Amino acid sequence: MRHTISVVVENEFGVLTRIAGLFSGRGFNIESLSVAPTLDPTLSRMTIVTSGDDRIIEQVNKQLNKLIDTIKVIDFTNEEFIEREMALIKVTAEESTRAEILRVCDIFRGKIVDVTPKCYTVEVTGSPVKVNAIIDLLRPMGIKELVRSGPVVLGRGPKGWKGI
Amino acid sequence: MKLTGSKILLESLIQEGVETIFGYPGGTVINIYDDLMGSSIKHVLTRHEQAAVHAADGYARATGKVGVAIATSGPGATNTITGIANAYMDSIPMVVITGQVPTGLIGNDAFQEADLIGITRPITKHNYLVKDVKDLARIIKQAFYIARTGRPGPVVIDLPKDVQVATAKFEYPDKVELRGYKPTFSGNVRMIEKAVKMMLTAKKPVLYVGGGATLTDAHAELMELAETLQAPVTTTLMGMASFPTRHPLSLGMLGMHGTYYANMAVTNSDVLIALGARFDDRVTGKISTFAPHAKIIHVDVDPTSIKKNVRVDLPIVGDLRDVLKKMNKKLAEHKDEIAQENEALKPWLEEIAAWRKDHPMTYKQSATEIKPQFVIEKLRELSNDDAIVATEVGQHQMWTAQFFNFTQPRTFLSSGGLGTMGYGLPAALGAQVAFPERQVIDISGDGSFQMNSQELATLVQYRLPVKIAILNNNFLGMVRQWQQLFFDKRYSQTCMELPIDFTKLAEAYGATGLRATRPEEVEEVIKKAFATPGPVIMEFKVSREENVMPMVPAGAGLNEMVLAS
Repeated sequence: MRHTISVVVENEFGVLTRIAGLFSGRGFNIESLSVAPTLDPTLSRMTIVTSGDDRIIEQVNKQLNKLIDTIKVIDFTNEEFIEREMALIKVTAEESTRAEILRVCDIFRGKIVDVTPKCYTVEVTGSPVKVNAIIDLLRPMGIKELVRSGPVVLGRGPKGWKGI
Repeated sequence: MKLTGSKILLESLIQEGVETIFGYPGGTVINIYDDLMGSSIKHVLTRHEQAAVHAADGYARATGKVGVAIATSGPGATNTITGIANAYMDSIPMVVITGQVPTGLIGNDAFQEADLIGITRPITKHNYLVKDVKDLARIIKQAFYIARTGRPGPVVIDLPKDVQVATAKFEYPDKVELRGYKPTFSGNVRMIEKAVKMMLTAKKPVLYVGGGATLTDAHAELMELAETLQAPVTTTLMGMASFPTRHPLSLGMLGMHGTYYANMAVTNSDVLIALGARFDDRVTGKISTFAPHAKIIHVDVDPTSIKKNVRVDLPIVGDLRDVLKKMNKKLAEHKDEIAQENEALKPWLEEIAAWRKDHPMTYKQSATEIKPQFVIEKLRELSNDDAIVATEVGQHQMWTAQFFNFTQPRTFLSSGGLGTMGYGLPAALGAQVAFPERQVIDISGDGSFQMNSQELATLVQYRLPVKIAILNNNFLGMVRQWQQLFFDKRYSQTCMELPIDFTKLAEAYGATGLRATRPEEVEEVIKKAFATPGPVIMEFKVSREENVMPMVPAGAGLNEMVLAS
């Protein structure tokens, strides 16, 4: 089963390697990982998408907690949460397909952020499912390159974690 | 007053109560070695960095203190890797200090540079690269705290040469602040009450004791629990010596080369109480047939150990000694139930006694050949009760576990998790440094011994009277045994074809060498070795194709033991 986990860590040299090495060393899956500093510059927040059965996910959570540099682990699986990912998609824009690209972009509330005579670059934000959907629709037009950020998540509701 | 980094290091070690360190000098630690000359810290110069780390490990296991080792950058540091991994697998508290090239050269493929932080990340509890001398005292304080608390383990401090030379005001911190590290010490009282209830209603309980009992010095509390419940006790290799093997409730070791009765007891138990043990594959055999009827109570300080390999019905996270104290206190409130429980357990103890009677831990004696097990028995008989025994890894290690009958805690030093050949001699060295007056014995095979035999020089130099018993069969015996049993006797590369004269090797280093080739010589050689000052090698030419039995073949269940080969 797919799990999305937030990990608050010390914003220090080598922390990313510790997390990544933990996953590879113990054979855990890592589908995506995004990381950036928090409001408190001494901390970073990672969002990791992983998958495995209950036993493996329990180990993932425990092993992450065990790292000295880990401050907090939040597994969102049993909570309501907002999940957003951004993609930049460079798509071939011929005379015949430009209108269709714009239409698709509009439906998904995307934006054209770069234009050349033969190419549009689309920026889109949404759940991974939504991002997959727009990619599927743009694929027939000819995708030249794309990049996805991997999801970031926050729990729904007023509850926050330490204002960071 | 401002001090250099290397002085701050040594002052901090003194603040941590460190008396002895084990190490090997080199270019990037030369400043530290210079300052060592005027320091109260004793330094033991081993002949290889791996041995320095094993010696610190043996020192830590024998004393319960944090072991400290030091090595230079590059090859010195990479030589420590096996020692660090060994300590990590067995949860041994240790701080390893490595030199590093100056910060400005890091990443430049400088002479004797290795990314030690990268290399040791998966084999340390934590590691530090010190970039600023101002952080050094805090980092050392944290390193010792991390090494000895929670589930203990090795911590590496990588110290660039320029940081050793730079100066800073020295103030050793009073306390540690680590927002990401707060190990649970105190066991949850409600869970402990539940556990006590389960124990009191169990009909076939078994206490399964691991290294946690030694690490927390919980032997007295363990004894109290076992005797109150009248429950049988089996230990892992790491738990060995935390419960006396000769005690009527002791089942000896369980697992691959454990006793038949320990494995049968675990298989038939209805409540299995795991105390500071981690259900290693060498212990459980096939997981699906491991303790199939048992409710499992698992006490461990490390939450990741719980439910990692087996299902657990009642987890208790906490320091084992603390949990056992609370269990014993709770049990004391149930005097009547204890009496009933003791009575109800009698048929179970009789069942176990029958298994023990049918298949005792034994071997066939010989009038002409020295049986390795016989040597172990004689070593036990002729050594002091508080003798410290280190082993290498292989057949001799298992025979020691099976036949030495340990009675006192922290007297058995052996590489459990990593299975490191060459561990025993330097570990014995470290223990002898800690306890100069006690008997220290390294039980070895001819294969393992040659992996760190250079440490004979260290023993002689520091007048460390370690007695080394080499069970010489001219084979890598454990692998040969597997080849015999599972590979149709195809002894690929396990025969050590060049017979070494170990007595002459001893003499070359200035130690004493003795040899026994016949059973009747064994006692005499051991007596003579124990009476000889200084280090002694006792070489026993043992029966070559003796096997460690009984045995659970790899992948089989504990109830599928092979009793004789």
